[in-house]
Order: sequence, then C-alpha cells, then structure tokens
Amino acid sequence: MTEFSALLTSILTITLQAGTSLTYATLGEIYTERSGVLNLGLEGMMLLGAVTAFATSYYTDNPWLAVLVAIIVGGLLATVHAFLTVTMRANQVVSGLSITLFGTGMANFLGQRLGPPEYGGNLVGLVAESFRPTPIPFLSGIPVLGALFKQDILTYGLYILIPLAWYYLYKTRNGLNLRAVGEDPQTADAMGINVFQVRYLYTIFGGMLVGLGGAHLSLAYAPGWTENITGGRGWIVIALVIFAMWNPARAILGAILFGGINAVQFRLQAAGTTFPAAVLNMLPYLLTIIVLVIMTWWEALSKRVGAPAALSKAYMREDK
Amino acid sequence: MAEEPTPILKMENITKRFPGVLANDHANIEIYPGEVLALLGENGAGKSTLMNVLVGLYRPDEGDIFVRGEHVEIHSPSDAAALGIGMVHQNFMLVPTMTVAENIILGMDGLAFRPDLDKVARRIQEIAEHYNMNVDPYAYIWQLSVGEQQRVEILKLIYRGAEILILDEPTAVLTPQESHELANVLKVMTSEGKSAVFITHKMEEVMEFSHWVRVLRRGRVVDVKKTSETNPQELARLMVGREVLFRLEKEASEPGDVVLELQNVYADNEKGLPALQDVSFTIRQGEILGIAGVAGNGQRQLAEVITGLRKVTGGHIYIQGDEETNHSPLRMIKAGVSHIPADRIGMGAVGDMAVSDNLAMKGYREPPMADGGILHPQLILEFARKMIAAFRIATPSPATHIKFLSGGNIQKAILAREIDACKGLLVAVYPSRGLDVGATESVRKRLLEQRAQGRAVLLISEDLDELITIADRIAVLFEGRVMGIVDSHNADIDALGLMMAGVPKQEAIAETSG
Repeated sequence: MTEFSALLTSILTITLQAGTSLTYATLGEIYTERSGVLNLGLEGMMLLGAVTAFATSYYTDNPWLAVLVAIIVGGLLATVHAFLTVTMRANQVVSGLSITLFGTGMANFLGQRLGPPEYGGNLVGLVAESFRPTPIPFLSGIPVLGALFKQDILTYGLYILIPLAWYYLYKTRNGLNLRAVGEDPQTADAMGINVFQVRYLYTIFGGMLVGLGGAHLSLAYAPGWTENITGGRGWIVIALVIFAMWNPARAILGAILFGGINAVQFRLQAAGTTFPAAVLNMLPYLLTIIVLVIMTWWEALSKRVGAPAALSKAYMREDK
Repeated sequence: MAEEPTPILKMENITKRFPGVLANDHANIEIYPGEVLALLGENGAGKSTLMNVLVGLYRPDEGDIFVRGEHVEIHSPSDAAALGIGMVHQNFMLVPTMTVAENIILGMDGLAFRPDLDKVARRIQEIAEHYNMNVDPYAYIWQLSVGEQQRVEILKLIYRGAEILILDEPTAVLTPQESHELANVLKVMTSEGKSAVFITHKMEEVMEFSHWVRVLRRGRVVDVKKTSETNPQELARLMVGREVLFRLEKEASEPGDVVLELQNVYADNEKGLPALQDVSFTIRQGEILGIAGVAGNGQRQLAEVITGLRKVTGGHIYIQGDEETNHSPLRMIKAGVSHIPADRIGMGAVGDMAVSDNLAMKGYREPPMADGGILHPQLILEFARKMIAAFRIATPSPATHIKFLSGGNIQKAILAREIDACKGLLVAVYPSRGLDVGATESVRKRLLEQRAQGRAVLLISEDLDELITIADRIAVLFEGRVMGIVDSHNADIDALGLMMAGVPKQEAIAETSG
C-alpha cells in the first residue's frame, strides 16, 4: 500500500511539474482567444521565453528577474502579433506561424550566442539558478495529495492564478467586455467597448503568460537550455485551449492529462520497459489528435464547445 | 403651435462620403420631445448612414449636431449614450452567448468592477412591466425569438436612460401582431416625453408609427411632411422620385401538371433540432405558392431540401413526377430546379468574380459555353451580354466583379441566370428583401412572367403584401409546420398574422372573422 501510494505521489508530482508550463500557456492563450485573436506563435514565444529566462538567470543568479524577462519577451512578441492582426488586420494564422518560425530560430541563435565566450557563446550544458521544489510544511505530508504541496513556487502560483482568471472572466465587468469582444466585436463596439484596446491588452497579457510558461521549462521543469526544449508544447497548448472549452477553470484538466502522460512515460522508461521510447514520446501528440477529434465530434453533436464566435476574424468598424 | 419648443435633436448639413459613394448630402433632421420622426427612403438612400453618424459609429465629413440646443461632437456610441441617444440596429447588437442582463449592462459607463446581476435583473423586470414587455433577464439571447431580442434591445436603451431612440427598420423581423405591440411601446414612451426616429422604407409604417416624416433620396432630405397631412401615394412618389404602381397585374392562370410535391417532409437544422415537420404541399405549372412566416421558422431549410442542399430525415420529394428525395444539388438542377437563394452574395453569387462568370455559373457545364470541360470565354461573354440587356442589369461591364453592383442588380443577375436555366421549378427565397421599390417591382414582374410561362414558383417571403399580390396560394410556416394554406385572393392579413404566430388556420380564420 505504501509503495502504491508512493508511486501515485511520484506520478502526481511529475504530472504537476510537467503540466505547469502547459497551464500557464493555456491560460494565456485562453485569454488571447477570448478576445478573438488566435495566436499560433506560442511555440516560438515559449522557446524565446525559455532561452532568455535561462540566460538571465545564468548571468544574474536571480530567477525572479529571469521570469520577468521571459514575461516581457512573451509580451513583446505578442505585441507584434497584435499589431499585425489587430491594427494591420493581417491573417492571424500566417502571423502566428511567422512568430513561431521566427521565435524558434531566434531562440536557437541566442542559445548559441548568449553563453559565456569561454564556451563559444553556447548556453547548452550550463547550470543556472533555478526554482527548486519548496515543500510546504505539514501540507506536503498528506499522503498522495501532498504532491500538490511539494512543487516549485511557479506551480504554486497557478493555484492562485487559475481561480483568479476564472473569476475575472466570468464575474467582472472587464471579463464581460472581453467575452463580448471575442464573441461579437460589432456589438461590443456599438456598446462603447474599445475593441482594439481589448484585443491588444489580452493578446499581450496572454503572451506574457506564455513567456512565463516557457521560463518554467528552463528554470524549473528541466533546468538548463537545450534546443527545442519545448518539444512542441506550444502546439499542444492550442489543442488544450479547445479541450478546456476556453474556460480558465478547465485549463488545469488538460495540463494534468498531458502532464500525466509525461509522468507515466517517465516511470515506464525508469522501469526499463522494452516499449520503444520513440513510441512513448509520440503519446502526447497522439493524444492531441485524439482530443481534437473528440472535441470536433462533440461539436458536431451540437453541444456548445464555446469557441469565441469572432475567433481569428479581424475587426473593422466602417466595413462596407 | 404658438411657441416652438427647442428640438431635442437637430442634425444640420450632414455629409458623409464613402469611397465612390455620397451617402449623405447635406441632410437635415429635427426632432421634438414626445414625437416619432420617420425617416423614409429606399435602400441606399442614406437613412442608416445618417443614424450611424448620430450614434458615433461613422464620422461625418461635414455638418453639426445639436442635442437639446447644444452643439455636440459624437465620436463613439458611448458619447451618444451619454447624450441619451441609443439605436436599435437592424442586426441586433446583442451577444448571443450572453444573458439578457449581461447584454443590457455591457459596456455601460460607471459599471461596478463586479456587477450585481441580480439587482440589474430586478431593474430590468420593473422597466419591462412598465412598458408591457415580457422578458426573462436570465435567458440567453440565443434562446430568444427575434421579436424578443428586439424587446431586449429596446429595454437596453431605456435601462441606459436613452431619451432618443433610433429604430432601424424594426418591423422587418416582426409578425403584424408584434408590430402593433411595438407601436404601443412607442406610444407609452412618447407619452413620457421620449422621442424616436423610425427608419423604414414602408409607407404604411410611416402612417402607423410617426408624427413627422422626412423623405430621403440619394442622401438628401427631399421633403418634410406632417404624417397626418400626407398619404402613402405621396410618400412613395417622393421616395422614388416618380409614380409607382402599387398593384401588379396578375393575369388569370390555369394551373397545369404538378411540378413539385412534398409528402410529409421532415428535416433537422444545424443543431440537430427539427426544422421541418410533416410538411406536405404541391405546386403546379403556372402557379406561385407563397411561403409566409416569421424568419427562422423553417423557410431556409424548406428551400434547402428542395434544392438538394439539406437532407430530409423523413418524407418524399417529387419533381415532375420523379422521386428526388435526398439527391445532390446537381441532380436537383438537372431535375429542373432553379434557386434564388436568400443570401445573394454568399450563396447566389461569387462576389470576386465577374458578372459574366456569375451569369454563366449554371450553363458552363454544357455546350455551347463549354466543350468537354474547356470553357469558351467568347460565348460566355456573348451570353452575358444577352442577359445583361434582357434583364437590364446595370453594370459598368460584364467583367466587373459582381460585388461592386448594387443589391438590386446582383439580384437581377441571379434571376437572369436562374430563370434562363429553369426547367420547371423556381425556388425564390426572399427575392425582394432589401431591394428598393424599383428593383422589387422588377423582381416581382419576373416571377409573374415565369408563372405565365407555365413554371411552378415557390416564393418564400417575409412580406405579406408581396405574397398576397403575386402568389396564388399562401402556406404559413410556424416552427417548421404548415399551419395552413390559403388562397391569396381571399387571404386576410390578420388571419395570416395569427397563423404566423402558431394559430392553426381554422382557428385563425374564426378568430379574425368573428
């Protein structure tokens, strides 16, 4: 029994660790998409967040400053996306893909240049100040669920952020405005809501959370920098937003599901399974496809999935 | 009448240009407390533009606005709201996935960070009762009928303290009974000193709703009349700029063989809910069957099952004696069905393609326009020229993208294509919707022409006058069921109105005649 509970505890612990960056990014993208802006630049934004955070921490020994830098970097990239899609009314898909391509390339480039000269500028293999698990006394002693309280500080942050994000979206004036802009910008505009301002605001805010998600990867989940450290998480998040039906409270579900797969994969590999590692590595992406199929099928059954009606549509007032 | 009160609202010399179009040309309006002003004009006359300027959605290029005697600048709808001006748009400004209460407070000035929705709901109830409107503040907008949504729009404006209400063609979506209710609400409001601007292109509504009427033509106010001192004929002449025939001559016609027969047809809508239930009727050669009903009662689905765009879940469809149930659109076309869809630019035409290509879109599969998949542009152009001349389509050239044409001319092009290709049955869905008086007249003439040539016509319309004028029989749809079929020569508008609200034919006739 104790052995089983120890196994559960360890799986839950890894699940949360692996799910944290996904949850931050999912929350961010939910807010962005709720305003009617689809941002496919997540993968690039997470990567740039991860590399800049790691480099900052390496040079300053201050992981908090590193997180701040990642948030700013995510916000800046999102500003570019907002400018292209909201002001210039460019195609949101194309703009997002460009940001991913740019972000990926830029992150790799920085990973080879930002390091100290004695390593040829390379960041790979270096060690920097990171966020370690800080167990909460007493609470972390609870069997199995104690895993919730043996996390790093960024994961704890989610425990506060998720309910806040839910409350803000559904219970406040600003949340009402945000939902209206994503559902029906014409109406929101006629009701005196500044559609452009709202879209900029939440695209940038979303980008900041995505950058933070990237920082968690290089500062806590897998401290250090390796190329493609995100491993496609930016894409998985796009599916997780659908899985969460654009509700911040459900963002945690997808993260647990996908983080859980990571954890099981971990345990299996640790247990020395003969199952090919490549197949295990495919699991999260396979699950992404399955989730998309299920959600589409769900929608075909005429259940409300809740995609913002104006998602990925540019808005212009005097559209003649 | 001795002393003139100051107008609550005055717009002076408003000019608004869009690329290539002068939408408002030094337009003036004036309105006094407790009065309803009708803005009458054809489509494109500039009524909606003028009002959009007033609520701050458009910026005028020239002109001044005075509210309660003071010169004001209105930059946005919230500026307008602060001055007590609110507008019920043709496309309702309501978010479908939100509740009535949420919609009513959306974007309001001075709203608390955490709005108390229960308090809001109670206030909404109070106002609704005062004006005899029945609305559930907690209902989601998508659950409400169009008439109810309009009530929410009006409530929203009153809740926000609007003193001047602008209603943009409010009756287009209402049953005759709902229109009367709206008239009553307006009466209560004006008796309390509120004012309203009523945009319409229907003369009868001007007579029923307004105290004053301003007639707009090509962006200019061409005349101002006291409603009690004018009549529909005079208004129509002012609006169009020439005399209009109100009655089209419908020749007697001897219906021939049955062209279309529906037997107990059932179909679902996109949400999987029943859209058509047990629909049966026939149409014969040389006959126009009208379908009346408030929009959203299965009209679209009816047209779609007949044109092959939607599958039936039960029943049979026969065209010229052959079973054609659940066949593809192409099979239906080949069986002789032509379709004038409700959504002109979405389904009827490809906006970014040339007028000529749009005209050829039905005949391009066969010679002479094509040979084994190779198109003959010269012959297509020739065909297009012929159609443009025959149907008097006003286009700069056959190569012009069709989206640059006016609604009336796009509709003429679709009519030309569909009538030319018609081999028995013409399905026309809201063919005159949004068209001005002139274009409407020509569309109706074409439909009667088809009838005279022995074709069967299914005419879906929301305009009861149109149905009574040109249809031979009228079937009323309510929630996907046929409430009854009446002969149009002895049809009674009130009885039709009751049927549109779900009263079966016998009861409706008994109620209105007794």
